[in-house]
Amino acid sequence: MARHTLAVLVENRPGVLARVSGLFSRRGFNIHSLAVGPTEVDDVSRMTIVVDAADQPLEQVTKQLNKLIHVLKIVELPAEASCERELQLIKVGADGVARRQVLDIAEVFRAHVVDLDVDAVTLEVTGSPDKLAAMVRLLAPYGIRELVRSGMIGIGRGSKSITEGRALRLERSA
Amino acid sequence: MELTGAEAVIRSLEHEGVEVVFGHPGGAILPAYDPLLASPIRHYLARHEQGAGHMAEGYAQATGRVGVVIATSGPGGTNLVTALADAHMDSIPIVAITGQVPTGAVGGDAFQEADITGITMPVTKHNEMVDDPARIPTAVAEAFHIAATGRPGPVLLDLPKDVLNARCAFAPPGKLSLPGYKPTVRGHGRMVREAAREILAAKRPVIYAGGGVIKAGAHAELLALAERADLPVVTTLMARGAFPDSHPHSLGMPGMHGHWTAITALQRADLLIALGARFDDRVTGGLDSFAPHARVIHVDIDPAEIGKNREPQVPIVGDCRVVTGQILDALRDLLAEEGARLPDRSDWWAKLERWRRDHPLLVEQLADGPLKPQTVIRAIGEHLDGEGIVVTGVGQHQMWASQHIRYEKPRSWINSGGLGTMGFCVPAAIGAKVGRPDVPVVGIDGDGSFQMTLQELATARTEGVPVVYCVINNGTLGMVRQWQELFYGGRYSSVDLGYDVPDLVKLADAYGCVGYRCERPEDVESTLDKALAVGEAPVIVDFRVAQDEKVFPMVPAGGSNDHIIESMAQWNAETAAAALLVGRGSGGDGEPGGAGLPTHLKEGNVV
Repeated sequence: MARHTLAVLVENRPGVLARVSGLFSRRGFNIHSLAVGPTEVDDVSRMTIVVDAADQPLEQVTKQLNKLIHVLKIVELPAEASCERELQLIKVGADGVARRQVLDIAEVFRAHVVDLDVDAVTLEVTGSPDKLAAMVRLLAPYGIRELVRSGMIGIGRGSKSITEGRALRLERSA
Repeated sequence: MELTGAEAVIRSLEHEGVEVVFGHPGGAILPAYDPLLASPIRHYLARHEQGAGHMAEGYAQATGRVGVVIATSGPGGTNLVTALADAHMDSIPIVAITGQVPTGAVGGDAFQEADITGITMPVTKHNEMVDDPARIPTAVAEAFHIAATGRPGPVLLDLPKDVLNARCAFAPPGKLSLPGYKPTVRGHGRMVREAAREILAAKRPVIYAGGGVIKAGAHAELLALAERADLPVVTTLMARGAFPDSHPHSLGMPGMHGHWTAITALQRADLLIALGARFDDRVTGGLDSFAPHARVIHVDIDPAEIGKNREPQVPIVGDCRVVTGQILDALRDLLAEEGARLPDRSDWWAKLERWRRDHPLLVEQLADGPLKPQTVIRAIGEHLDGEGIVVTGVGQHQMWASQHIRYEKPRSWINSGGLGTMGFCVPAAIGAKVGRPDVPVVGIDGDGSFQMTLQELATARTEGVPVVYCVINNGTLGMVRQWQELFYGGRYSSVDLGYDVPDLVKLADAYGCVGYRCERPEDVESTLDKALAVGEAPVIVDFRVAQDEKVFPMVPAGGSNDHIIESMAQWNAETAAAALLVGRGSGGDGEPGGAGLPTHLKEGNVV
């Protein structure tokens, strides 16, 4: 089984997230991460779904996904031809000497301090899953109090856009 | 023009050309029942929402139009779930309209609240809770469009009571905007030509026709293709009637309980032309051993079916009627080229003829022996003589009815194929008769299946729908009993129904129907004569038949279609031989799964 990243464009309608995620679980897939948000097109949302699946079952689930009325387009993002990023917020114990060391690590990973308290610092960092994991490993000795990740989002490299094309012009007649 | 949401619903149904709806009222859907009084739409009051759902399915299957069912919130909707799942599996276009608690109460566990859009998400093609009365005309139009086009299926609209009661300016729906829904109708030109070349090259081709042929109305194109390209045809359980059984090219039904020749033709074929079929496990048996020598052309309107179970060499997404026509045209073009002609397939036809001759479906009915179920079913077929509609429940009777009756026309055979819903017959036959009052509609049901929905006899009686129900009463859950006999060493567990409860003749009387009982072979003809002559009222005939009859041929679930069991004698001989091999006594030692059986006869973890 390999890890695949799917970009799924959907009409922004109530229940569309449940329809998409329900379909994955019904067909026996575990979603590794799922991130959803608006796009440059009104009423179109974009989901980035990361799943572990063999090729043939993935094709089947993609076809089933395409049958959902509110799903507009599905594109698989190959790792080598796309930019994939994840946002991580991490609250680390940091007082006295430790604070300086934590901030050094943050600097190396180009993380930002988004909150500071007497005995803790909260860092924001973006990057690939590998980078985020490496940072977590280095910060672990200082005591990770809380950690949250956004789930991966991705975009293809080059000038092409997956939101181009007739399918996405939503004409609302009523 | 200002209407209430409820009035807008009924007006929108009228706009879709709906003439009949099936349903059951209740609290949340009450507003929609009031404007029904003033509408030309005829409402058939079912006694249970599941019944109303199957009626809508039967109507749709008999007419090709969209069936409509109305139910209330909560249990009204949950009772519909089986019918929706059935329609989903068999691609039947129905629109279900459910009431819902008022929007302000949604999510608060109000009386008769159920999250019906959530519950039915996996068993509908689409569903929607309409939260704005102004959207009703568009939502209804979209529902009908989605239900009827592409691969047909059920669509549910959930309408909160306040939305039904709100007043709103009514405007008929404009052009629909469904950017994520664009079924492909025409087949890819290159693939179509490729298909034609494959057909011309094939020495042992078979058309594997599925329910999509009937859904697409492709029967005329199928007939033309079979005749022009000299192709034998098998029709699946969902496609019975798509190709006339009396036609010399018809091989009958493939699959677990199919005709020997149809099953074997697929196994030996070098080319399968799958039209609107989905390589269901009941057709293929073990996928690894299914049609091992065949290249495959797969035509289906649902891209997700292509390659799901069997990778085709020539995939064609499109409407069955359109694509079959395209293939036919491409074939004519190829044959018009100089020197082009169909290959000599006389060897193949000779084989098929020999198999047909050597493996007929036999019923040994002794004149003084117990009445056999197959005898009754054959007699029903002869009485109908290719006219009328047969509707069945699920079980042994269903398989016998598909095997032993000749179907000549599309939509003359209606059953629950994919979901296998016991209880389908009684209500679905009502829906079929409502849709086709001009032809006789005969329900062939088992005594088990019949009792799951028999309350709808009241609907048939009070709404004046004269269906003739022939209950094949063997006093047991026959198909389960058959599996227990074959795979569980004859340990019968919870299958005994008894012949006498209910007394079907008294039941008929209680429901205002005409009841007959028939127990002897010599009475079958005269009983059917009487039953089919009644005309006005629904009829129930209690055919009391032998309990031990099995459905053969049979390919045990998950087994190879190369090994077909044709009789109990063959089964016994093979199990005895296998038992000797493993050093046990005779077969059937009572171990679940049939220890001592040859591996191909074992029932493992297959359904």
